[in-house]
Amino acid sequence: MITIGVLALQGAVREHIRSIEACGAKAVEVKRVEQLEEINGIILPGGESTTMRRLIDSYGFFSALKEFGRQGKPVFGTCAGLILMASEIDGQDNAHLGLMNMKVARNAFGRQVASFEADLEVSHIGDAFNAVFIRAPYVLEAGPEVEILATYQDRIVAAKQGHYLCTAFHPELTDDNRVIAHFVTMVEASMKATA
Amino acid sequence: MSNTGTERVKRGMAEMQKGGVIMDVVNAEQAKIAEAAGAVAVMALERVPSDIRAAGGVARMADPTITEDVLNAVSIPVMAKARIGHIVEARVLEAMGVDYIDESEVLTPADDIYHLNKSDYTVPFVCGCRNLGEAARRIGEGASMLRTKGEPGTGNIVEAVRHMREVQSEIRKLSAMSKDEVMTFAKVIGAPFELLLQIREEGRLPVVNFAAGGIATPSDAALMMELGADGVFVGSGIFKSDNPEKFAKAIVEATTHYQDYALISELSKGLGTAMKGLEMSTIAAHDRMQDRSE
Repeated sequence: MITIGVLALQGAVREHIRSIEACGAKAVEVKRVEQLEEINGIILPGGESTTMRRLIDSYGFFSALKEFGRQGKPVFGTCAGLILMASEIDGQDNAHLGLMNMKVARNAFGRQVASFEADLEVSHIGDAFNAVFIRAPYVLEAGPEVEILATYQDRIVAAKQGHYLCTAFHPELTDDNRVIAHFVTMVEASMKATA
Repeated sequence: MSNTGTERVKRGMAEMQKGGVIMDVVNAEQAKIAEAAGAVAVMALERVPSDIRAAGGVARMADPTITEDVLNAVSIPVMAKARIGHIVEARVLEAMGVDYIDESEVLTPADDIYHLNKSDYTVPFVCGCRNLGEAARRIGEGASMLRTKGEPGTGNIVEAVRHMREVQSEIRKLSAMSKDEVMTFAKVIGAPFELLLQIREEGRLPVVNFAAGGIATPSDAALMMELGADGVFVGSGIFKSDNPEKFAKAIVEATTHYQDYALISELSKGLGTAMKGLEMSTIAAHDRMQDRSE
């Protein structure tokens, strides 16, 4: 059985757990580094990236998550999770995990009053995907190895690099589980590749 | 093609704060300390609740200069308080771009009968509640997030515990009811019927419910998480303690790892004196902030 973890230091954990289970995989809340051994892929949920980074450092997740990715295990970041995965953050000296070769901007669409929903076409997923953007970031620049999956008003809001996936929006906040289902297939493929 | 201010976007914003700590701050410097300590948001205020209590008189929305300074100082969301029913204070805060408005009993109510019709606004609102009826009325008016009222500025957790337990216990009672009992229950607690049906179906509120009002130590924060809070607000507790920076970090970690008791013991060491606090029986009825609205 496929087991997918959700980093449960802070943020919208419950919604991801529900989506993973709706896609037929087993879901685990990951609060301790040892739990990374039990899972085949991990979701870095939405929340506050500054808070998550502080807790990632406090509990030894920083190098453990990088190593998890190096082993070829899939990682999916939504919103704050996308920021954690980027190799460069606009206006900041240091990035976080640096898993994906891209430069991102935080709160790039503005403050909460500018948060919005919009229907998007997302490669590998399909069209009319109701995407929920909350104080969302977007990708300013992406390296050649990064596949752009979706744009909104010419800004990159979903991308993939090998076994890494990220969205600026929150697929876990709606009942449309297509994005999570795609991540589950990525985890499935990685398990076959390493079996 | 795109929609702002939808219920999903407003409630979703609060979902992203789950498992986190929202800290009261009165200036940019405190806001930066809170952000560095791992706060998920800050509440910009002119005075923390314990000082409001001590000062007496009418407490209003903060001077916009303070709110603006805090908005410019941090990258995490900024919340601010408007008086209950004060349409203009709320619109002013919305126009300034605050991320969440607390329609709060900590300030002196502007309207002693009606709350704001919060569905009208693009900015989301958080409101206090002591029981399921109050929670459901606020959701009915459009609140996207709830918190216990507790008794603000006391450093005494007892009221927040009572309010969290009361809401949870009434939800359990509702979930066990047959459908034909719900209308009468709605009448008794003064709650919208359709909303109660939804809560009964899902076994939980449709919005997050944080703990607030009287949290003074890391153990207090963990206790509220244990009782089912989605996160915590810490008001006077942090910047009225001896070492705010250390204290703020300890509260954040205790909230994340609320069942890791060895860790909470480590975090609680050498924090210095917590705020002095007030025993409930010493507070006169007219000084109880939680009774200012229902």
